[in-house]
Order: sequence, then structure tokens, then C-alpha cells
Amino acid sequence: MTEAPERPNPDALLEKIEAATSHARRARLRIFFGFAPGVGKTYRMLTVARELERQGRDVVVGVVETHGRVETAKLADGLERVPLRRIEHRGRVLEEMDLDAALARRPSVILVDELAHTNAPGSRHPKRWQDVLDLLDRGIDVLSTINVQHIESLNDVVAQITQVRVRETVPDRVLDRADEIELVDIAPEELLLRLKEGKVYLPDQAARAAGHFFRRGNLLALRELALRRTAEHVDADVVAYRRREGVQATWPAGERILVCVGPSPASLQLVRAARRMAAGLRAPWVAAYVDLVGVAPSRDEDRRRLETHLSLAESLGATVVRLTGSRVGAAILEHARKHNVTRIIIGKPTHSPLRDRLRGSLLDDVVRGSGDIDVHVISGDAGQEDGRARTERPAAPPLALLPYVSASALVALTTLVSVGLRRALGLPDLEVLYLLAIMVTAIRYGRWPALAAAALAVAAYDFFLVPPHYTFAVADGRYVLTFAMMFAVGWVLSALAVRIKNQERDAIAREKRTRALFALTRDLASAEDDRVAARVLVRHTRDAFEPTEIVVWGRDGAGEPLATFPDDLAAGTADRAIATWTLEHGRPAGLGSETLPAAHAYCVPIRATSNAEGALSIVPADGQALGVEQRELLDAFSKQAGLAFERARLSEEARVAALRAKTEEMRSSLLSTVSHDLRTPLGAITGAATTLRSERSRLAEDATTGLLDAIIDEAARLERLVGNLLDMTRLESGDLPVKREWVPADELVGAALTRLEAALAGRPVTVAVPDATILVAVDPVLVQQVFVNLLENAAKYTPDGSPLEIAVHASERQVVFDFLDRGLGLSLATRKSIFEKFERGEPPPGVGGAGLGLAICKGIVEAHGGTLGVRSREGGGTVFTVTLPIVGEPPSMNEEEA
Amino acid sequence: MTDGLLVLIVDDEPQMRRFLRASLGAQGYRLLEAGTAEEAIRLATSHNPDIILLDLGLPDGDGIDLTRRMREWSKTPIVVLSARGRESDKVEALDAGADDYVTKPFGLNELLARMRVALRHGSGTAAEGPARIELGEVTIDLVKRQVVRNDEEVHLTPIEYKLLVLLAKNAGRVLTHRAILVEVWGPSYASQTHYVRVHMAELRKKIEQDAARPVLLLTEPGVGYRLREPTSAR
Repeated sequence: MTEAPERPNPDALLEKIEAATSHARRARLRIFFGFAPGVGKTYRMLTVARELERQGRDVVVGVVETHGRVETAKLADGLERVPLRRIEHRGRVLEEMDLDAALARRPSVILVDELAHTNAPGSRHPKRWQDVLDLLDRGIDVLSTINVQHIESLNDVVAQITQVRVRETVPDRVLDRADEIELVDIAPEELLLRLKEGKVYLPDQAARAAGHFFRRGNLLALRELALRRTAEHVDADVVAYRRREGVQATWPAGERILVCVGPSPASLQLVRAARRMAAGLRAPWVAAYVDLVGVAPSRDEDRRRLETHLSLAESLGATVVRLTGSRVGAAILEHARKHNVTRIIIGKPTHSPLRDRLRGSLLDDVVRGSGDIDVHVISGDAGQEDGRARTERPAAPPLALLPYVSASALVALTTLVSVGLRRALGLPDLEVLYLLAIMVTAIRYGRWPALAAAALAVAAYDFFLVPPHYTFAVADGRYVLTFAMMFAVGWVLSALAVRIKNQERDAIAREKRTRALFALTRDLASAEDDRVAARVLVRHTRDAFEPTEIVVWGRDGAGEPLATFPDDLAAGTADRAIATWTLEHGRPAGLGSETLPAAHAYCVPIRATSNAEGALSIVPADGQALGVEQRELLDAFSKQAGLAFERARLSEEARVAALRAKTEEMRSSLLSTVSHDLRTPLGAITGAATTLRSERSRLAEDATTGLLDAIIDEAARLERLVGNLLDMTRLESGDLPVKREWVPADELVGAALTRLEAALAGRPVTVAVPDATILVAVDPVLVQQVFVNLLENAAKYTPDGSPLEIAVHASERQVVFDFLDRGLGLSLATRKSIFEKFERGEPPPGVGGAGLGLAICKGIVEAHGGTLGVRSREGGGTVFTVTLPIVGEPPSMNEEEA
Repeated sequence: MTDGLLVLIVDDEPQMRRFLRASLGAQGYRLLEAGTAEEAIRLATSHNPDIILLDLGLPDGDGIDLTRRMREWSKTPIVVLSARGRESDKVEALDAGADDYVTKPFGLNELLARMRVALRHGSGTAAEGPARIELGEVTIDLVKRQVVRNDEEVHLTPIEYKLLVLLAKNAGRVLTHRAILVEVWGPSYASQTHYVRVHMAELRKKIEQDAARPVLLLTEPGVGYRLREPTSAR
């Protein structure tokens, strides 16, 4: 994957096409980039905006900070402004860009100053750059500004240069998203001059640090950073261009970087360094974290910090992987080998060499095992961020008293037993008894009670058992060693016990997650449509997370939820807004996320491969944001559901496509039928009628009669066809109500025969009906229509004068009507297809028809819950069989003689 | 034979009126034409026609409604012209007081036959009736309450006899299930259509040569029954 291809491969070409098409509709982000406040970014942005407006673009100002500078304010005048939103926060009124108003206004270009700005609490996004991404997603071009110190990957470098740490940062991916970065550059001397003249506005915080910040040396360094960052972007453009144009020569060697991330604050530097290296090498990079098997779960604070580091890495463009293993080094190396990593970045150890001796050194492991992978060791300067506090400061011992009371009781009991047995057993045996008590405590109550037990045990042993008894004085110096060993054994035992306990807990938790996921997958497999899948998802999410509310949204976020918990939950508009955002952007939103973090619901997209198929939002029972593991499990859940949703959608799409194709086919058949079968009789009628009108006087009597007969026959044919088309249309649209009445079977046959008296004239027709009157609940008009069609077909397609038979059999449950003819018979293929619409079997020449009659018959019979079949008749001919179920009980006939 | 009887044609389609004008005119009928229900009422009151041919699908109102309004003051026979597949409309029109119906498209002979039957029953002569009714092979002696088929007495239950006589007195004319039920069983049985059907099936077995291929007691699917006049058979 990392090798440069010889020539553009299909994937590359596809990528190019995708890039080109996404380019076509993608909104443009243009960033004005400066190395320090006061270089004139806003001024430049406004100039460009006015230029765009002159070109006829619809330009509005989302937010522009003029800081009272007259020239800038003058430029901003005359541009339409989206009114700012006023937010009250702790008694202060803050003004923020009104994102919703801007989105509603839908300009072509919007100006959003100060990309790194932090929004007031209660805004949709915590950061302004997130607002900008929303604007871009809606297809609005954005002009914005930023200074170099606000760029995430350069943040610590800038801090090193200026000694001022800036808290408001923008992820590099936002910059990478920019279509154009324009460096607004002036000479540092000029900037210093402007500063002196008071032309540079500085916020309070910066003003305090201005002494540090605005030094010529600093400015030079910052300027260089800004230039380099701009160059990097230009470089990326060039690479993209080359890729687009298939220029291969300068493709970089396939580098791949892995950075080891942990909870230590030093990891922040590692991540940023990795990002810089990756950008320099134009290499993909991975941030890896190793979850040690059997190690006590880290403290919440560590977890949070680790989470911050990983999300920073992600926002800087890294792929984040979580590995598991018993040793960090081994896990890292295994992953690195498997994924062709060429460079590993690792922090310089900050702890004492002694610890390495005892526990083994990560650095050592990695370096020794790295083989041909380069290892970069980077200083882990935790610096100002209060990092050292975490280094192995033991967690405060739990204050619960019960374990200690129990531990003391256990030791006391042991002492009682030991004193009793003092004469029977030797001291070494009693030592083992105490160790047993310590071990039990360790296993039951963990480390601290075990240590307490060890201490107590030593004291009790000394006081009660070691001569001289009932004093802490020790006669023999060797006993001191015994005490030390007892305590040490207690320590080790407790450590072991704790580790075992943790492993067990981990295993249980893991197994629980795996089981939950497996159960979900299994149940989803049998879900046929997204509603069923949604219900399955809700059920399993409820079991696994025990939240107070769950909502599964379909792809159409504005529609009704697919499923909810509780069942009758009415999802509020706020939840809907979160879901809509998630669906639109394909990213999680709500409680604890980047978007609407203060909401009470957390929402993740349900997706498999491409677009979100839906969204899942849950309201945690404790009102707290979900932890890392829970979020991962929820992700896994939604991914599985995404697969099910996608499967349902694809099969539905396939069904619709097949239906459409079928409809298309039907339509063309219908058209050809209408054009042919309607025109033929019309042609005959018109011909006959015009002949009669103009040639009346010259025609012989029998010729006139012939023409008149033709008109009558063709009109009848038209009438039949139109009737059939109408019936078919009604059947298809479901507008054919079956009005069931109890009718004797022979009346149905009789009525049909009466109607076809003329057509069947000259044929022997035999009807075999049982003597007893059979009542069947059907729509008499429709069923008689079926019989008429069948008999009419028989009359049309069998030789004149050949016999027809109708046989009626009845059982308790159904009535069977057989229509037997002595025609030419039908081939197997025809018998199979004959009930299809527009299917005419093998008609003899000169016999017209649209091929609708039997399809209508089938439709009607099936609407009655019956079946229509066809088979060959022994001795030649065909049998059509109508089977109608007898539904319900025939009504009673207890009428009184009137 | 039509004696210049006055026919009111109510149909909104000019082509239909043209056809009826030509064919009925040739038969010696005098004609009035109306394209709307209002016009039909006006012409019916002013000219008092002998028979009305009424299309059910009128633009300004429903033919069934027109039938009801006509029946409030007039006994003029009404023959309904209706399309196939609208059986419930026909039933409604008949129950509202129409005398018979023809299904479009129809041949002239069929229409003339229906008109003749309607005119005959409308004149009130059939109400008195003869003492004997001859129906081809079957003869009904109304005085003796006796039915004879091919010189053999046929034993009918009282219901079957009532049914046969009702149909015979209205020979050639369609009777709806409801009309038969009300007449033979009484108004409380008006919706028990299976009574008629079952007894009709029994009656056929006794009267018809082949009950499955009746020639006398015909079914009008979805509407009711009609006893075919031996003379009007085609």
C-alpha cells in the first residue's frame, strides 16, 4: 500500500474522479493566515470580500472583529451582516455569530473572523471552527482568519518560542480542509512599529504577555513557522495536483509513522511531533495506545487525559488504534510490523532507572525489538501542564472501614488460634497461619486492607508469640528478619491478589461486551427491514447501557423515529436537532461530544460503509457523558446496526428496482396492446363504416350484411378489451372490493353459461354438479366473470363444435370447478406462463386478444383466497381448475313460511 | 305497433342520443331529449312521456336521484342505461323504482325488448293477469295453484310457488334480490339474499330441464333474476 505505483492505478483514478466531483459541489474555505495579531488579516479578508461582492457574489458578514480600527470598520461598512446572537452567561452578555441565522440566510460567501474563537457556553458548537465546518457542509463558501499560534500542531512550538501558551487551538485538519491559505505577511519591524503606534489591538491576556510575545526574535521565528506552514499547504496542493494529473516521479517513499500515546501529559508533545513529522514526510500516521491486560483500571483523570490525547491525534489526522497486550512494547511492535510502520515515536522516560530494572523498560523493549523500524525518542517535557502529579502517585486508599475491620478481626482470630496452639505448633507454622490470613484479606478486600493486615499480623506475632510474650521487645534479632519477610510476603501477595482480581474484572467486562455485541449481531441477522432492526437495536442498547431513553432515527431525520424506548417516547425537538446534525455530518453529537455537548442525549450515526443509514441517541441514566468503553461499545452497536440497515435498504432498493423494471415492462406491453389491439378493431370498424357510407348503393345485400356484422363483432371485441383493461387496472390498484355473498355453486356456472349462450351455440356443453346445493361465499359478479373468461377462451381457442365440460366437486373446505376442453392442449412452457399479463400462449392465427383474461381470472380467484391452475387433459385438451375456499359457516335457512 | 308512443331520452352524450333518435324514430316512436336531470324533470312534467330511457351518469346529478324524484308523482316506466361493472348502481336504480336496465353497449333489439316489457307492465294490465300463465313447457294455473311441466305436475313448496308466480307475473323484467325478498318473505328479510338464491336453485331443479344451464329462470349477476319470456327469446 505504501509503494509508489508505476502508473496511475484504477483506484487512484477513481479517487481523482471523486475528488473532482466532490470539488465541483464542495464549498470553498479560504483562510487568511498571519504570524501574529496586527498583521492585517481582517483587513485583507474584507478587501477580498468587497472584491467578491463586486463580482456579483452574495457576500455577508457572519462575524468580523474590527477592534475599533477605523480603516477596517470602513471596509466592513456596506457589507450585509447577519445579526449577532446575544447570549447571557453569568450576568454578562456575550455576542456570538448566529449560526442558525447564517445557515438560514444561505449566502454564497460568508465572512467568519477568528477561526480559533471559543463560543459562549450554550452555543451549538464549543468552537467557532466547528461552525465554519457546518457552513461549509451546507455549501456556503467561507472566508476566515487565523494566527499561527492557534494551530494545533504548532501550539507547543509556539509556546516554546514565546513562553505564552495559547489555549484556543484549531485542529490542522481544518487548515487542511482549506482550499486556499493566504499568508498575510508584513515585516516584523513594521509590526513592531504599528504596535508602538497603538494600531494593534491586543486582548487582555495577550497584552499581559505582549512584552514576551512581541520581541523581534519571536516575531521572526513565528513568521518562519507561518511561512513553513503555508508552504506545507501549498506543497499538499502540489501533491494533490500531481496525483490528479498522474505525475508519479516525486511520490515519497512509503513512510508510516506510529506514535505511542499514554495518559502522561508528555504525550501531547509526542502527538504534535508525530503530526509534524508525518506532514513533513507526507506519511500516514497512527496513534497507538496499549491497554495492559490485568492492570488496574486507570484513574478517571488519567482516562480523561488519555482520551484528550487520542482525540487530539485524531483531530490532527492520525488513525487511532487501541491495542491490548501484557507488555506495551510487544503490543506496539506487533502492530507496527503488521502495518508496515517505518518509524515509531516514543517518549523519553521520565522515571528513575530503578523502575526500569524492576519492571522492564518500554523504551528498551521497543528499541531492542524494532529491527529495521526507526525509533525516534522525543523528550517528554510535561512542562507547565501539571503532569508530574500523575507519575505513580498511589491512589488515595479507600476509606471504607469494613475491609479494615474485617482484616483486623481476621488477624485477631488468627492470633487467638495461634495462642491456643502455641504449645502444639512451632513458630514457623504459626507464621504460615498469619500469611494465610493476609492472603485471604488480599483476595477479598484488595491491596490496602491486605497491607494493614500484614502490619497487624507482624505486630500481633511479635506481641503474642515471639518471646518474650506480651511485649513488643524481641529477644532474638533474627525475628526482625521474620517480620520483614512476613510484611514483604504480605505485600507481594496483595499485589498478586489485586492483579488477579483486576484481570478477572477485565475479563468479565470484556466478555460482557463481547456477549452483548454477539447477541446484537445474531438478532440483527434475522431482521428483514430497518424497523425490525431498529427494535432489535433498541432492545440490546437498553440491556447493555440501561439508559433512560433510546431513539433510533431513520435516514430521514425529520421523520418519525423508527423505534424508541420507552415505546411511547415522544422525541423532543432538541433530540431531533441533534439527530439531524449527526445524520447530516455522520459524526456523533450531543452529550460530551464536540457538538452540543451540554445536551442531555448522546447521538451516534448508524452506518456501515458510506452514508449514515440512521442515528441512535441515548440518554444515560446518570446524566453523565459516556465513558470511553461505553462509547466504543455504542459505536460497535451502531456499526452492526448500520450493516443491518444497509442490508435492509439494499434489498428494498433491489425490490423497488425490480418492481420498476417490471412496471416498465408492463407499461411497454400495455402500450403495444393499446396501440395494436385497440387499433385493429377500430380500423375494421372505420373501414366497414366508410365503405357502407360511400358505396351503399353499389353493394350487394350480403356484402352489406357482412360489413355490418364486422362492425358489430369488432365493437364487441373492443368492449371486451376495454372491460378487461378496466378490470386489470382495478385489480392492480387494489380497487376491487370482494363483496362476498352466499351463492349456490350451480348458479355461478349457470349465469356464465347464460351470458355466453351465443358464443357457445353449437357446442355440446355438459355440466356435472352435485345434487345437494353447495353454498360458497364469493362475490358472484366477479366469480361469474372468471367463469365467463374461461369459457370464452375455450370457445375462442378450441375447434368449433368440440365439447366442453364443467365439473363441480365440493368438500367441506372448498369447491373445485373444472373446465375441461378438447382443444389442442398447451405446452408446459405456456401452462407456466399463461396467467401472466399480456401472455397469450400459442394463439391460432387470426384470433385476437390482449392476454389479459386469465391474468384477471387469477387476480380475482386469488382475491377470494383461492387458486387457479391449468393442466393437460388425458386424451387431449386442457383443464382449467378454479378452487375456491368455503370461508365461514353457511347461513341458516330458518325462514318462516310467509 | 308503437303507436307513436312518446319516449324521453335522458343522456348527456350527443352520440348516444343520435343513435337512439335514429333507431327509435325508425320504430315509430316520438322522441324527447334531455341532456341534464333538470331538463328531464321539466320535460317529464310538461309532456308526460310514455317511457323514459335514463342514463345513470348525468353531469348535474345522479340518475338514481332523478328516478326517486320521478317516482314521487309518476308511474311512467323507466329503463336505465348503465355501463358494465356498475351492478350496485343498477340495483339501486331498480330499488328506487326503475323498471329495468340495459347494459351499455347494447343492441337495438335488446333495448326494444326491454322497452316493450316495461311498457306492458307499466300499463297495469299485468297486475290483474290471466288465470293461467304459459311458459313454454311450463304452465302455471293460478286458480288451482298448480304447476305443470310437460304434462306432469311439479310439486313446489309454497315459497317456491310464490317465487315462480312472482317472476312469471313480471316475465321479461328483472327483479332485484331485495324486491323478491320483500315480496315473498316480507320486508324484514330484505337483506337475506341467500334465501332467494337457495330457493331459486331448488326451483330450477324442478322447473328447468338442466338446472345448470337454465333457459327460463335466468340469473342477472349481482342484480337479481329475470324470467325469460318464451316469446322474447332471441
